[in-house]
Amino acid sequence: MAHSRFIKDSGLTARMTLVMFLLGALLVGLVVAVMYILPVGFAPLVAVIGIGVAFYQWWSSDKVAMKAMRAREVTPAEAPELHAMIDRLCAMADMPKPRVGIADMAIPNAFATGRSPDRAVVCVTTGILGQLTAEELEGVLAHELAHVAHRDVLVMTVAASAGIIAGLLTRGAQFGSMARGRNNNAAAMILVTLVVSMVVYAISFVLMRILSRYRELSADRAGAYLTMNPAALGSALQKISGGMAAIPEGDLRAAKGMNAFFIAPAIKGVSFSTLTATHPPLEQRLEQLARIQTELGRATG
Amino acid sequence: MGLLDAFLGRSRPKAPNLDSLFAVPSAAFTLQAALDLRPTGTGSVCFRSASGAAFAQMQEEILGLIEADPQAPSVKVTQDGYGFTWLNVEAADEDLSTLCTHLHAVNSTLESQGFGHGLLCTMVPFESGDGRRVGLVYLYKQGTFYPFAPFPGEQRRDNLLEMQLRDALAGDLPMEKDLQRWLALWNAPGL
Repeated sequence: MAHSRFIKDSGLTARMTLVMFLLGALLVGLVVAVMYILPVGFAPLVAVIGIGVAFYQWWSSDKVAMKAMRAREVTPAEAPELHAMIDRLCAMADMPKPRVGIADMAIPNAFATGRSPDRAVVCVTTGILGQLTAEELEGVLAHELAHVAHRDVLVMTVAASAGIIAGLLTRGAQFGSMARGRNNNAAAMILVTLVVSMVVYAISFVLMRILSRYRELSADRAGAYLTMNPAALGSALQKISGGMAAIPEGDLRAAKGMNAFFIAPAIKGVSFSTLTATHPPLEQRLEQLARIQTELGRATG
Repeated sequence: MGLLDAFLGRSRPKAPNLDSLFAVPSAAFTLQAALDLRPTGTGSVCFRSASGAAFAQMQEEILGLIEADPQAPSVKVTQDGYGFTWLNVEAADEDLSTLCTHLHAVNSTLESQGFGHGLLCTMVPFESGDGRRVGLVYLYKQGTFYPFAPFPGEQRRDNLLEMQLRDALAGDLPMEKDLQRWLALWNAPGL
């Protein structure tokens, strides 16, 4: 019987499942609350618009993200080394090859997006191409391919739907209070809607970030097992985090919306950071990689 | 990988399919008959070596195992530019079934030690009458074969010949349908 060096992390799976369940419960809770608070015809309309927004974000994620990062798709002729690396990783992982993009940016980073593994794009910045060695770059690409295989864009979009609907309601309530503040009953209704949706938005914000950190750890694991070289991914993460901190804040704000899809977040050192960071702290990621390294190096009898 | 595993982010490395390799000797007859390509007696396994002591130890074991064969084929280990290790086995004669047994020994040792998911491909080179070499490549994870025919001395592939090979072998071997998976293996040992 073949011996497997793959160690499961049931704790991570359990915590991730719990967070996804809580996000689902939050969505259901919000819909129920809206049905009670608002007039009957209103609730389905809000739900349809919310789901529509989420669906659009997911459906066109590749185009939107590529445009936001000013990235362009490159052919195998333009970037032969990068393509060859991804070809090999995809052959090892048995997954369809994603399209490959390069963003002309000094921030060393990489992201994966796209509605499904067949429509995925893996994108790297010119900064990362310049700073990492081939081994480290391969580690980063394997991490991004793991995001694709885990369908993280879909998972995160569905997870965000409660937040999206709550955000819409907050906007709607603000407009509503401006339009018809005279009617007492309506004013109370709008106030309750505002409070409920803001609470839901806040909770979903925190849960989303926790989920995002768990997804990053999962992608690190899968990437390290794919390349069988956890050390290279570790040193890439160290280099990237170092580069992130060294670059001035001003440049980084442009990339803010994309943070959840990056390999390391482009904004550092917010207070509250343990609760609201999209990525796990570097030490935690390195610790996990070291565990995998030990398992791969363990001699068997 | 199931959809549930994907959503829970717990994908595991894909295991290789080792058995199809034994279909190569019969395909060799087809190649010789249809395209006048003969086996060269060599073959190589391409895999990702894991860092750490366990892997180095196992690689020694594999080399010992193959060299212990009374016909004593020579084994060479090389590294390519993408971080993959090539283990090139050169048999004394052109008998492909012994070669395949040796290659299988490499694969099964890797798998039994828990490194099977690092297997990328196996390449068996063939030679035509005028000295041109063509590789028959087996992809472990897909369980399919594809031809790789570089023009001698150039980084260009003879796609026409590759298509011919694919069509000739379609009856003997499972051929890879997705052309994107036909990896270019420039400077592979034995080509």
